[in-house]
Amino acid sequence: MQKSLHLDPAKCTGCLQCEMACSYEKLGEFNPSRSLIKVFTFHEEGRFSPYTCTQCDEAWCMRTCPVDAITMDLTTGAMVVSENKCVGCKVCTIACPFGTINYVQETGKVAKCDLCGGDPECAKACPTEAIVFIDSNATGYDRMKAFAEKSLPSANAS
Amino acid sequence: MSWTRKVLRVNLTEGTCTPEPLNMEWAHDYLGQRGLATKYLVEETDPKVDPLSPGNKMIMATGPLTGTMASTGGRYSVITKGPLTGAIACSNSGGFIGNEFKNAGWDMIIFEGKSPKPVYLYIENDLTELRPADHLWGKSAWEADEMLHKDHQDPNLKIAVVGRPAEAGCLFAAIVNDLHRAAGRSGVGTVMASKNLKAVAVRGTLGIAAPENPDAFFEAVADGKEVLAENAVTGEGLPTYGTQVLMNVINSVGGLPAHNMRDVGFDKAENISGEAMHEPRASDGKPNLTTNGACFGCTIACGRISTIDKTHFSIKDQADKPQYQGASGGLEYEAAWSLGADTGVDDLDALTYVNFLCNEDAIDPITLGCTIAAAMELFEDGKITLEDTGGIDLRFGNAKALVEVIELTISGEGFGADIGQGSKRLCEKYGDPDLSMSVKGLEFPAYDPRGIQGIGLNYATSNRGACHVRGYTIASEVLGIPVKTDQNDAEGKPELVKAFQDATALVDSAGICLFTTFAWGMDNIAPQIDAACEGDWSVDKCLEAGERIWNMERMYNNAAGFTSDDDTLPKRLLKEAVKSGPTKGNVSRLGEMLPKYYEIRGWSDKGIPSSETISRLGL
Repeated sequence: MQKSLHLDPAKCTGCLQCEMACSYEKLGEFNPSRSLIKVFTFHEEGRFSPYTCTQCDEAWCMRTCPVDAITMDLTTGAMVVSENKCVGCKVCTIACPFGTINYVQETGKVAKCDLCGGDPECAKACPTEAIVFIDSNATGYDRMKAFAEKSLPSANAS
Repeated sequence: MSWTRKVLRVNLTEGTCTPEPLNMEWAHDYLGQRGLATKYLVEETDPKVDPLSPGNKMIMATGPLTGTMASTGGRYSVITKGPLTGAIACSNSGGFIGNEFKNAGWDMIIFEGKSPKPVYLYIENDLTELRPADHLWGKSAWEADEMLHKDHQDPNLKIAVVGRPAEAGCLFAAIVNDLHRAAGRSGVGTVMASKNLKAVAVRGTLGIAAPENPDAFFEAVADGKEVLAENAVTGEGLPTYGTQVLMNVINSVGGLPAHNMRDVGFDKAENISGEAMHEPRASDGKPNLTTNGACFGCTIACGRISTIDKTHFSIKDQADKPQYQGASGGLEYEAAWSLGADTGVDDLDALTYVNFLCNEDAIDPITLGCTIAAAMELFEDGKITLEDTGGIDLRFGNAKALVEVIELTISGEGFGADIGQGSKRLCEKYGDPDLSMSVKGLEFPAYDPRGIQGIGLNYATSNRGACHVRGYTIASEVLGIPVKTDQNDAEGKPELVKAFQDATALVDSAGICLFTTFAWGMDNIAPQIDAACEGDWSVDKCLEAGERIWNMERMYNNAAGFTSDDDTLPKRLLKEAVKSGPTKGNVSRLGEMLPKYYEIRGWSDKGIPSSETISRLGL
């Protein structure tokens, strides 16, 4: 079973534990500026929104890479950048409609979420379940359930 | 390793920024943040220095857990001599800038001297320089923040900044970071402005190296997070209601002061409580509270993010000011109490608005609210007149007067200039010094020492004046953490106060938030520090360091000219009994507690640490 990261801004408090966990996993240091998951704060809306790669099947980044540095991990479904192959041309960063693959000037390569090989640290670090790692075929089920709940007699009582 | 081992020394007179190594010998004794920066201040300045002179220094300091995955590990403190009190000032703030300092590679920044012209400090990792701030001078903290973000085209820049009151000499100006977090008390912002330093803007991308012992660190950190999640206060009360969870609780036990502490108990407390912030309002069906928000690394997330009712008198004619129309940092308990219960104002939207103003222009809402409350009592007593206030009808409960007088305080005009001096100077000026509800010049927070005995002893002996976050005995006396003590008992309180004060000094030196201690004991905290840092940080060593820090601060204050005569409370709290409610008939029994407190501290009956105490703590 493949799993996907499922992000719920309504539950996010903006604490950035996910960004620290991501950078520690990838770099062995706490460095939110290098995190591959980002939490955006919309101050005047009172909203915090985590965002990262959705791991497209027909990934624009993978299709566009001229040196085949991006490949799919067949176990996790993640699109993974090979640092050995990447030449830092940045074409993938232009191709990605979501902006979730980015150039890193410190390394001269691009970096993106690779689902930590199937056990993403961000989800483990999130204290509010705003980031969960769940069955890829069921990422809509919590919203479905909320609608299903509306059919309960108790929901119509008042 | 947790410390970056680097200090940035900024000489504002000379315009230089010089890196130097952190004194690791001191770090082993004073840990970081509050303790370690105070050690630097003590070693480098004369305790008798005029707080607003170039001879005073101001230190922004992180702790070893700042910027790590330890829950709440994002704190930083500002340490200096405070202009409101003349005592040691140490104001602690959350938000995100603490981590940014650390990620830029700096444990602390020492500011000395005075710049000839307005400047701000720009830090991008190793690039550190003072830049002209003429264009920022005269702007609110929020406006300056926005301008700096625009100038640098960097949304990730973290900014700590002072507002207009600091520039105008208001003695309780704060330093606001990340728009609505503040190093709030004692006038640290006034010191910053006195140095012609408008802001510190920092961007850090270097990363913080792995902890000393990663396996032990992540285990201790995970354990700590679990304890916070399962605790009723940190796992549920604080995320749901914020610190405002306390409004109804403290009122119900007879501990909520009101009307400049003339009364204990506020019959309209419910209207300004955490529960009220969840109630949908008539105009748009939305509650005051938009969401809860976390500071950096915090798994509690107690912060309030709120909106003001767009039809409310305070903002209905300010549609051109978007900063009041959207969500921002909302009411915390202390501000709701000081601006609300203490002034008799129960208008939640008015309080949210003036709280926004405090953030926008970086002033301490506790001292502000208490000073206005004192002015209201003087007004009702006829000692302050309409002529003095410029026509403002400054009676208790008048929300419009509250808003007007705060707008004046921010501009520093008219009667606002008097308010800006704090309650001690205001009450002296208008002929009734006993009406200042303060200790060592710092106004009280939201717990009455007649209704809750131990907190009174803490206020009287706190090194920065009347302050709840120097020894929060409310945890034990009201909430039963870690064990319940009777709020009406004086017995056992000296021991309780000492234990809370020492533990707090250590927590404030570590880079984590004091609110963790609703759930964490030192046995949760010490293992996190021990795994993160070199050296031995056992529970005993942590408590000893806390006691060392407390005594160091005390010795600084003694050298600054404070004596045991200053370890007292206003006459009202010692003589005027509570008139009604569960604590009716009580006064503070400070006199019963203070001698015992000195004794167990190892101090003389004049409050001076004995030579044995000094040598035991290695001071």
